[in-house]
Amino acid sequence: MKFLAKLGRSSLFLYAILSGFGYTLSRPGLLIKQLYHIGVLTFWLIAISGLFVGMVLGLQGVYTLSTFGAESSLGIMVAASLVRELGPVVSALLFAGRAGSALTAEIGLMKATEQLSAMEMMAIDPLKYIMAPRFFAGFISLPLLAALFSAVGVLGGHLAGVDLLHVDAGSYWSQMQSAIDFHDDIVNGIIKSIIFAWLVSWIALFEGYDANPTSAGISRATTRTVVNSAFAILLFDFLLTALMFGTP
Amino acid sequence: MISISNLTFSRGNKKIFDNISLDIKAHKITAIMGPSGTGKTTLLKLIAGQLKPDSGTILIDQENVHQLSRASLYTLRKNMGMLFQSGALLTDMSVYDNIAFPIREHTQLPESMIRTLVLMKLNAVGLRGARHLMPNELSGGMARRVAMARALALDPDMILYDEPFTGQDPISLGVLVKLIKTLNQTLHLTSIVVSHDVQETASIADYVYLISEGKIAGQGTPEELDNTESDWVSQFMRGKADGPVPFHYPADDFSNELLAP
Repeated sequence: MKFLAKLGRSSLFLYAILSGFGYTLSRPGLLIKQLYHIGVLTFWLIAISGLFVGMVLGLQGVYTLSTFGAESSLGIMVAASLVRELGPVVSALLFAGRAGSALTAEIGLMKATEQLSAMEMMAIDPLKYIMAPRFFAGFISLPLLAALFSAVGVLGGHLAGVDLLHVDAGSYWSQMQSAIDFHDDIVNGIIKSIIFAWLVSWIALFEGYDANPTSAGISRATTRTVVNSAFAILLFDFLLTALMFGTP
Repeated sequence: MISISNLTFSRGNKKIFDNISLDIKAHKITAIMGPSGTGKTTLLKLIAGQLKPDSGTILIDQENVHQLSRASLYTLRKNMGMLFQSGALLTDMSVYDNIAFPIREHTQLPESMIRTLVLMKLNAVGLRGARHLMPNELSGGMARRVAMARALALDPDMILYDEPFTGQDPISLGVLVKLIKTLNQTLHLTSIVVSHDVQETASIADYVYLISEGKIAGQGTPEELDNTESDWVSQFMRGKADGPVPFHYPADDFSNELLAP
């Protein structure tokens, strides 16, 4: 019952945010500021994580594929793993941990210090002024960060597989180019990251808005953001994978 | 100006207000006083339309606050300033931008005129020189004065003060008392001051309502309440430790408890 009540409140909250789309467009300064806080400040976390994940994929790929004498397929393995799964999923999990938790803590603290109430009293809707720019900034940032994660990951796979373990560079790139399909792989990966961006931004903002306005309440809300986002990302990843790649 | 009739409001099973009625006159300072936890701040939030009552009506200039659309409520609030207990300044903006914020949002005035207005508001609270500071660089008293300037930014007819004197040093307290009185007189405001600081509030209030346990326990001018025959009102106004509100929280007999094994 409590879950249904929370789902109802969060749906109304989402509706109010979405109706603030026009307001956000009319205030590009607010959106740009949030793109910096949410997207740009997450850049290095995503880039470095992508590099190491790609390097691990490169190492593991060479060890596994060499059993079958198929090291030349390393490029396909690295790129397909990244653009279909690891890029959208890992970048969304990192995004929830870094930007999502920060959003919840910020909104929760604004609630606890009555800044949201003060805006209401100044006849300024905090759902439009505060929430909507953050939501759309998350919505724009995560797909770009996921693309960055995959791109850097492919370079990481090259570094480990080609530069360290001497897989042929030509086959790494050419096999990748011939086997990776723009629509089936890249577009589906982008669709996944768009849906994850929606989920994480929604969960993070609502948990902050719905937080008990105490230090313990904000701490619990921040934890809930990371945990619930992780569950939602993994559940939706399974559903979307089944939908996109379920049939051969 | 504000007429509250038969207001009932509950939180869970606890009744905060039980069928109370009161009137707040225009251009006067009306104080709402009572012990901590009696719902004084809740009453302000009900007046501002941030909470909805279980029953009863709150009319502001003959308009029922809780039957207004969101747009009409926002129009009403542009005419209503509120000073929060914590100041509630926006922490990512400077003092100047905090005061300019509602003006920028609700008017199309050029920046040069906004600057003039902001400096006038800050000058009125004596903090024109602090306009470049951030909220975390202000003392508690300064933060409230900035919040007061922000509440005045749109030249409202009415200001709601939520515990303006709590936690202030004597100098800040004196400044705030003087400011509330002066601003009310010079700008012809209608002020509602929610507080449990009896001496300071009574010194500037034109009329006082005392609230306790969901009811109006007393009302009148500060002089009338000072000469009241009600034991409860007398205990509250004079800050007596014992009286109808007992010093001891209800407990078993003390000697029995001490001698118990």
